[in-house]
Amino acid sequence: MTDLRELYQQVILDHNRNPRNFKELPAASKKVEGYNPLCGDHYTVFVELDGDVIKDVSFTGNGCAISKSSASVMTTTVKGKRTDEAERLFDIFHKLVTGETVGLSEAELGRLAAFSGVSEFPARVKCAILAWHTLHSALQDEQEVVTTE
Amino acid sequence: MTAVLPERRTAYDVERIRRDFPILHRTIRGGKTLVYLDNAATTQKPQAVIDRLIRYYSEENSNVHRGVHYLSEVATAAYESARTTVKRFINARDEKEIVFTRGTTESINLVTNAWGRRNVGAGDEVLITAIEHHSNIVPWQLLCEEKGARLRVAPVNDAGELILDEFAKLLTPRTRIVAFGHASNALGTINPVKKMIAMAHANGSVVLIDGAQGVPHLQIDVQDLDCDFYAFSGHKVYAPTGIGVLYGKQALLDAMPPYQGGGDMILSVSFEKTTYNALPYKFEAGTPNIEGVVGMATALDYISAIGLENIAGHEQDLLRYATARLKEIPGLRIIGTAAEKASVISFTLEGVHPHDIGTILDQDGIAIRTGHHCAQPLMMRFNVPATGRASFGLYNTREEADALVAGLRRVVEVFRG
Repeated sequence: MTDLRELYQQVILDHNRNPRNFKELPAASKKVEGYNPLCGDHYTVFVELDGDVIKDVSFTGNGCAISKSSASVMTTTVKGKRTDEAERLFDIFHKLVTGETVGLSEAELGRLAAFSGVSEFPARVKCAILAWHTLHSALQDEQEVVTTE
Repeated sequence: MTAVLPERRTAYDVERIRRDFPILHRTIRGGKTLVYLDNAATTQKPQAVIDRLIRYYSEENSNVHRGVHYLSEVATAAYESARTTVKRFINARDEKEIVFTRGTTESINLVTNAWGRRNVGAGDEVLITAIEHHSNIVPWQLLCEEKGARLRVAPVNDAGELILDEFAKLLTPRTRIVAFGHASNALGTINPVKKMIAMAHANGSVVLIDGAQGVPHLQIDVQDLDCDFYAFSGHKVYAPTGIGVLYGKQALLDAMPPYQGGGDMILSVSFEKTTYNALPYKFEAGTPNIEGVVGMATALDYISAIGLENIAGHEQDLLRYATARLKEIPGLRIIGTAAEKASVISFTLEGVHPHDIGTILDQDGIAIRTGHHCAQPLMMRFNVPATGRASFGLYNTREEADALVAGLRRVVEVFRG
């Protein structure tokens, strides 16, 4: 049960139940789909840019608690940030869920720290990272459907 | 509320059977006893099968049908006697009707290629059903696309049962072949295959049965069924992976061109002309999976010794018991409630995605399948992206069904607090 609580932390359960920014963004300048066909996690990430600042970001779709809460926490984390900061956070998050050294304290990580338990569950890394890859793709102006399988 | 549960059967000695499967006795995830409920994906192997593979490589390994030396004779005899075992197991008329393949998928692809490309043309129709596994959808789609033929799909009702009237309506003068699963891997539904075969034949259509989920649970008699093709995989019936069977009526197989070219499938080769070997070797190009074949024969002998009827009785008891117990869990919905079912239970749990269910159960040592079960059109039919699926085999117990229920209660606890 200890490991499970590590994975399904309160932040994750809360964001799964009540996902933030869970809506379409009519003013979005970018909209990219993320889809893991084998497990069925399927999201669309909407980004509204103001210069190089993420003015607003949202998502829609369905999937497991890990993928949905990760998408939700991502939107709350990168909203208002510059795109290069968002890319840096993507890099940090990637390291966090794959068990690499991040070099940041839990306080610095903020809500992202809730996903540190994912690294103990290799089969679920692709769930946690899907929305982030989708955001990355949107910021890189790529149009293709993103997958992390 | 506790459901009234059926009485326990006692004649079947499941504990003795469990002793034959070494993997069931290992612990996982920090000392948890393995509760293996993913038998529709693949089954575990009894010691007899494992020993047979070791014996093959320790004492018999050689190529078949080629050498004049001692080991080649031994390996060939083992390989061909396995064919006889399979013939008896499904009551085929002749060994010539038993083709060894990599599995159900290759068996179906063999038919779509070797039979389909000759017999299905523009404007013709191929009829399948809504419960098919991707392996009995995509090969037909490829064929229909190439030939300009039409793939038609017979619908199922809300219980996951084929609607026979609709099936009958979809049998037309253009229906060249009808292909359907004996039992559904995703829902467990057992199709009324004998009736469906008779209907298709009355329509002048050829019939292929995808028996991947039929063979582990039901006594198969291809002559009694009168199907034209029957495909199944070894690994779903306690045999190794990578080996399977295509049964075909001899007249049909005779008329078909080879599926793949290579060694062993020829009588003579010159650069001008090659003469093909007789059945079934015409369809077995290249060095086959010999250890898989001999291992499969041992597995079939193993389950024959227990008796398919006894196995079915035990599994049906587990199905009834587990179904009743799962219904005790609030928010649990069983997808697939056909009157005739194999021991497969697909379910969803309100507010919890199946993958999260799978991960949490896994921490308790319980293995179930989560996802779309390679049956995406069927998932769409029931408007679910995925389900959890517990599938029971000959070695599972009521205690394991109880462990599943306890695990699911923990899932509810984690998610609903």
